[in-house]
Amino acid sequence: MSKTLLSLVFIASALYLKGQDSLLFIRADQIKTWRTDTSDTIYVLNFWASWCAPCIAELPYFERLHAEYAEKPVRVILVSTDFRRDVDRRLKPFLAKQSLRSRVVFMDEKTPNDWIDLVSPEWSGAIPATLVIRPKTKFERFFERQVRYEDLEKAVQEALSQ
Amino acid sequence: MKLGFSQVCLMLFLFLAVSLQSQSGGGYRIGDVARDFKLKNVDGKMVSLASLKKAKGYVVIFTCNHCPFAVAYEDRIIALHKKYEKKGFPVVAINPNDKDIQPADSYENMQKRAKEKGFPFVYLYDETQEIARAYGATRTPHVFLLDKERRVRYIGAIDDNHEDPNGVKERYLENAIEALLAGKEVPRPETKAIGCTIKWRTASK
Repeated sequence: MSKTLLSLVFIASALYLKGQDSLLFIRADQIKTWRTDTSDTIYVLNFWASWCAPCIAELPYFERLHAEYAEKPVRVILVSTDFRRDVDRRLKPFLAKQSLRSRVVFMDEKTPNDWIDLVSPEWSGAIPATLVIRPKTKFERFFERQVRYEDLEKAVQEALSQ
Repeated sequence: MKLGFSQVCLMLFLFLAVSLQSQSGGGYRIGDVARDFKLKNVDGKMVSLASLKKAKGYVVIFTCNHCPFAVAYEDRIIALHKKYEKKGFPVVAINPNDKDIQPADSYENMQKRAKEKGFPFVYLYDETQEIARAYGATRTPHVFLLDKERRVRYIGAIDDNHEDPNGVKERYLENAIEALLAGKEVPRPETKAIGCTIKWRTASK
């Protein structure tokens, strides 16, 4: 009995740690790197935060996109703009509970004014915001609002057809 | 169907007119004259910019109760108002969020928050969202600094570090107000910041 309990605790903490491990910190330069990628990859970059209700509401669409386009060169990346002080106490527990399949990264920058335009000059800074790009073909679609699954699928389909 | 030259010209004209229209639909740009309004303050009184008689300009800030970015800036907005109201630049805070989508941003909750924090500035309710649309506000907080003639002189963020007031390196808004007080051009008239999207009534609920 205690053995089972112990292994359960072990599994639970391993899962929790896995959730923590999956969070990568990025700097603004990473956006430039994605934007200048010469491979075939389509990037779906979603800017969100764990406390943002419309962001959470659209998360399942990104997860679905990630699953449905697993065989295609589509990379879904959820870029958290949570406060730095909330990473351990809020973001990581949230991720551990959600167990998202899409890649989650944390934007480790203090001054949004320095990197918002790198994502898109169209972006005023409101979240949620989503950028679909295929740098190789210069395909680009930007949404400064909560998206529907159809929005994402249409953008990705268009990017794939170019 | 064959189109004559004049028909093609007309179509081109209409196309241009429509695309220009949609561009100007994006709210105010630097130099535009902003419209006045009459909105209900948390004390129940109607407030317009014209009713702020001693003002030499207006620090219009679209903000709200619930958004963590807005909350992070509350104390800084209070300090700004205390510093600049006596110099003629009062803060005019406006909450544009739809209370059905975000109940925390209802008028009653605005009153509650204003009382809790002791807001020294007016905190107005843009219930129809008409003013936020006219100004082109997209997020909270979102600042529009107007001069005495209601000309838009600065649009953007309050400063460069939302999370840590002690880590701020550039006070965009304060620098802009100081420039106006000194009769100078605003050095950096537009900046951006992450904020909560305005909860539009017609947006997907």
